Amino acid sequence: MALLRLEGTTAYYGHLQALHELSIELEKGEILAVIGANGAGKSTLLSLISGELRPRDGRVYFEDHDITRLAPHQRVRRGVALVPEGRHLFSTLTVEDNLLCGAAARRQGTWDLAAIYELFPFVKNRRKHRAAVLSGGEQQAVAIGRALMSNPSLLLLDEVSLGLAPVVIRDLYEGLLRITAEGTTLLLVEQNITEALRVANYTICLLEGRVVLEGAPSSLTQSEITEAYFGRQQSKDSSSPKRATRAKK
Amino acid sequence: MIWTNAVIQGLLLGGLYAIFACGLSLMFGVMRLVNLAHGDLGVLGAYFAIILVEHLGGNPLWTFAAVIPVAALVGYLLQRFLLDHALNGGELSPILVTFGLSIIIENLLQQTFGANDQSLNIGALSYQSWKIASDIYVGRLNVIIFVVAVLVIVALQLFLSRTPAGRALRATADNRRAAALSGIDPKRTRAMATAIALATVAVGGLFLAMRSSFAPTSGSADLLFAFEAVIIGGLGNLWGTLVGGLVLGVAQTVGSQINPADGILIGDLVFLAVLAFRPQGLIASRSVAVR
Amino acid sequence: MSDLLTGQHDVSVTRGTLGSRVALGVGIAVVVALIFAPAVAGDSATNNLTQFLILLIMAIGWNLVAGYGGMVSIGHQAFIGFASYAVLDLSIHGVLAWYAVPMAIVLAGLISIPVSWLAFRLRGGYFAIGTWVIAQVFQLVIAQQSNLGGGAGASLNDLNNLNPINRDNVTYWFALGLTVLSLGVTALLLRSRVGMALVAVRDEEFSAAATGVNVVRTKRLVFILSAAICGGAGALLCLSNLEVQPNSAFSIQYSAFMIFMVLVGGIGSFEGPIIGAIIFFVLQQSLASYGAWYLVILGGFAIIVTLWLPRGIWGAIDPHHRRSLVPLRHRIDYDEIE
Repeated sequence: MALLRLEGTTAYYGHLQALHELSIELEKGEILAVIGANGAGKSTLLSLISGELRPRDGRVYFEDHDITRLAPHQRVRRGVALVPEGRHLFSTLTVEDNLLCGAAARRQGTWDLAAIYELFPFVKNRRKHRAAVLSGGEQQAVAIGRALMSNPSLLLLDEVSLGLAPVVIRDLYEGLLRITAEGTTLLLVEQNITEALRVANYTICLLEGRVVLEGAPSSLTQSEITEAYFGRQQSKDSSSPKRATRAKK
Repeated sequence: MIWTNAVIQGLLLGGLYAIFACGLSLMFGVMRLVNLAHGDLGVLGAYFAIILVEHLGGNPLWTFAAVIPVAALVGYLLQRFLLDHALNGGELSPILVTFGLSIIIENLLQQTFGANDQSLNIGALSYQSWKIASDIYVGRLNVIIFVVAVLVIVALQLFLSRTPAGRALRATADNRRAAALSGIDPKRTRAMATAIALATVAVGGLFLAMRSSFAPTSGSADLLFAFEAVIIGGLGNLWGTLVGGLVLGVAQTVGSQINPADGILIGDLVFLAVLAFRPQGLIASRSVAVR
Repeated sequence: MSDLLTGQHDVSVTRGTLGSRVALGVGIAVVVALIFAPAVAGDSATNNLTQFLILLIMAIGWNLVAGYGGMVSIGHQAFIGFASYAVLDLSIHGVLAWYAVPMAIVLAGLISIPVSWLAFRLRGGYFAIGTWVIAQVFQLVIAQQSNLGGGAGASLNDLNNLNPINRDNVTYWFALGLTVLSLGVTALLLRSRVGMALVAVRDEEFSAAATGVNVVRTKRLVFILSAAICGGAGALLCLSNLEVQPNSAFSIQYSAFMIFMVLVGGIGSFEGPIIGAIIFFVLQQSLASYGAWYLVILGGFAIIVTLWLPRGIWGAIDPHHRRSLVPLRHRIDYDEIE
């Protein structure tokens, strides 16, 4: 049973089509990295899963339930949590209040304040501070912690490494690996391909709202990825872009 | 001595304005909605109390127990069935819808109860007073209103800072997108904010009815006073709202002392002066509780 | 998009349509007919028409500030009352009331400048209440002026020795002229660069700012023009009632009326205020006997229209701005050549 399944979803922003009949499956325990250039449809894909955007066509299934029409907070209750791009912390609330807000869905599980502080010890020292005064890395850790507080089965992360120093990124990714060890499935959207492909066990590359390449990172060559990422010159006028190099699971 | 007296009476009056103002401020913070029917809903509560006393008798003080929960329920339903729709309709829509609601309430009241002044007679409490200096007396009711005002603000502040529901309100006020993504139900949160706002404005409406006379159109005046208190105190800060209410109350009573017809005008001028010279309000919000 | 530029299409950018030319003709005919209306209609019908035109002028003014400027003011009665009193005050100082009208309009526009300094510090719903407070200040200050009659108000004695019918007819022509002028100013404004900027401001304030439109200056211009137009309505009210009283001159009901007319007709459209004013006037005449109920119905209509017919009746007639009777927008017509 796939944890998450998108079936032929299309999405629009006004008249602009952002996703073209996208179908994706994600197994429990996987770490899926979605890569692609700016405007490829990565964040749109996350919005479809988190519920901030409804698809024009197609359906979204989570644990075999049709969640296409559920609102974001209802999806959190089902176990889908998003760490949005740019963190979106409650800047006037303390760190601890930020984390506690994440528990609003009241799902049972291993993640609570103590577990978050153990995962990111540097956050604990800052727990009485307002979120606005934290450094970028600390804020990102709080954002991840806040999402974890809902004990999600599926954690969606949008551009976790954006604007952070390499050493901070390394720390956060170590944290992510420990999160998956607790049984949470991850879906990462990243422009930082290196880090994403290092931890992912499956990857999808989007180009102009379509999947142009997918497979286990180890099975993909650097040139295939580069090609898929930027789109091939010669394929620009062709009606069918090169499809995945690997058969769908 | 008359000036000291005016200031003391103004502070006591300001408490009432703060009660009216805190709900307006809360709703704006949580959903950026300015409810132009806010004052009218408080006055509606006062008329409800008049009906209750007419039919059931007793000292009107007991009506608090009946009016407050009903007001909260009305607030919840109002949000669910009217204001949520208005919020979906763009920036102008909530203003127009709540203004329409204000016109409906005022004229329904006028049609039902007539344009005459009414008041809730609470017996001796309405004229008993304490002597606090040789020639300064403070009305017991006014002192009670002031104390309740402070208690309402303290309770609201504690609720916001200490409870999960209050945290959800603050989170929604801060960043509604992130609140929904954290699993906070936006509709429920908004309905809760409006329920609280109406419960507090009902308290204000009842006190207004007990301390002076009121009429179907009193709600507009109360809305303006509440709004002035919010702006004078500074947006996003309940303590600021209390201070704003007190400043407005003092301005009005001192103004009336200068010239009996000038009270409201002086209050308005203080408001305009704050708007002109300190638009962030007297108490600039540092730790924003409710923006 | 690129096809458009490479000449594969026959492109023409136009403003006028056949419909708009017809409408312009009909409009001119209606105005000409209205000019001669007093000769045919009796005095009371002329007075009714005057009342209608005053309402229409208010609606045009409020539509400008709210529909195009995106600012919901519920304090425009400040300018209505101010101009009413300006006419009174000028006539007390010996200015013939007819001449006082244009002066009052200019004064209403001027006084709106400092008002905008204060009100523009507030946004959205707080802007709305802020303008209301300012209107209250106008009322309270004027009610204290004993030379203007204080709280009881005063009569405009200047025109008393005129033949009532002539007086009413001249007031009517003033109203008609001001209506045409207000509509013309609206049309000109919207066709100008400022008008384009306005629509940009209304639709997307942020991006308008990013493209170099001076948002505040544009909004202020609209605010001043709408204040002057509403001032015109107020000045005419003084002429037609021959008395001014602070409670009624600054009544919040004017805001309710303006909001109702513009909403029902279609906010942000040129035609909306006209349709709205006609509907409101008919309602007012037929529901007047119901007292406060009529205002209850008005409020109910305002809510229903806002929620379920947000672009009013005109929006329902012309959902895509195709049929605008007055060509305010550029149309791009292109036929594909295949």
